[in-house]
Amino acid sequence: MSTIKLTVNGKAVSADVEDRTLLVHLLRENLNLTGTHVGCDTSQCGACVVHIDGRAVKSCTVLAGQAAGSNVTTIEGISKGDELHPMQLAFRDNHGLQCGYCTPGMIMSSIDIVHRHAGKLDEETVRQELEGNICRCTGYHNIVKAVLDAAGRMKVSQAAE
Amino acid sequence: MYETIYHRPSSVDEAVALFGKGSDSKYLAGGHTLIPVMKQRLAAPSDVIDLGKIKELIGIEASGDTLTIKAATTYFDIMQSADVKKSIPAIAYLTSVLGDPAVRYRGTIGGSIANNDPAADFPAALVSLGATVKTNKRSIAADDFFKGLFTTALEDGEIITQVSFPVPAKAGYEKMRHPASRFALTGVFVTKTKAGDVRVAATGASQNGVMRVPVIETALKANWSAGALDSVKVSDSGMLADIHGSAAYRANLVKVMAQRAVTAAG
Repeated sequence: MSTIKLTVNGKAVSADVEDRTLLVHLLRENLNLTGTHVGCDTSQCGACVVHIDGRAVKSCTVLAGQAAGSNVTTIEGISKGDELHPMQLAFRDNHGLQCGYCTPGMIMSSIDIVHRHAGKLDEETVRQELEGNICRCTGYHNIVKAVLDAAGRMKVSQAAE
Repeated sequence: MYETIYHRPSSVDEAVALFGKGSDSKYLAGGHTLIPVMKQRLAAPSDVIDLGKIKELIGIEASGDTLTIKAATTYFDIMQSADVKKSIPAIAYLTSVLGDPAVRYRGTIGGSIANNDPAADFPAALVSLGATVKTNKRSIAADDFFKGLFTTALEDGEIITQVSFPVPAKAGYEKMRHPASRFALTGVFVTKTKAGDVRVAATGASQNGVMRVPVIETALKANWSAGALDSVKVSDSGMLADIHGSAAYRANLVKVMAQRAVTAAG
């Protein structure tokens, strides 16, 4: 057992877990942040994507200990109170989800994509960049539309800040 | 996953000491091979020694005719590096088609070559470019480092600290990407050195892991062009054969990927 200290969604947290604990399990089972999903559990599907120090990674393939001391952001940490993140709004407005299982990972990956391609995101790039996130419902079309829509909204909201 | 003890040393010396104390220790870099294997219970190390946060193992340096990438540098940082893009753009390209964005944030060059998966991308780059692998004990030429499937010249407890690449005159990499795993079904790295030598290495081809392809090297040395390989036939003896492709299919892919790599290299 080890005591893992890290910052999750802006709050300092600490948990006593076995060393073999994966970050996704620490989040879901110790911190009750069940918005992050386990899909394939083999680092292929992307349902478990969270941000560690601003980088979108697959939390099913990170030991909790590896994230100690880091800043982790999950799907629960991106809205401001009742005000959804522009990426969440864009997914809702563009019908970018059906069953919703992949959505938290899609949104966390997509925010990272917009940050990395600030101002020069096109459809082909979005499709390429989303290759590590698998959706079995939508056929991706509306997800891609949502990401492109959000890219515009995020630019506007950044400019307003 | 079986129980294990996680350690996070802050120096190479501390990591080596921790490794020696465990009964069956393993080094962890990005964790994108070791953790999946531990989850499948195919590996059950007593101790996991995390090299990912050791500062002396992270960074990229370009000086004169050499590009040096430290072992725990992630694919993402390699892909983004201005030094890599300037000195050996084929390496920046190779990292951009490796895994997916989330994997590239975690995976490292040292982890890739220490594991020596027969379909990994970096072994082909090291062998083709004639790189040198530096460890905490010695320097090893890439030709001597890779010893077959998942096997390297590394001794128990030895840590890769960096890889040095001689900057080539020309280099290119192309692979047939498996659409689900993103591993190379077959990939070929071609290099024309500044001295005029040609070195070609294929991954995802031989049953023994990364291999040189002398028949292609000879043809390209005579004429550095994709067309020079039109009449070359790569033997399918010893090639991988599985549900994704037969030995003959892979042998042909070696030639086709080499042609594309030469075109990419210019």
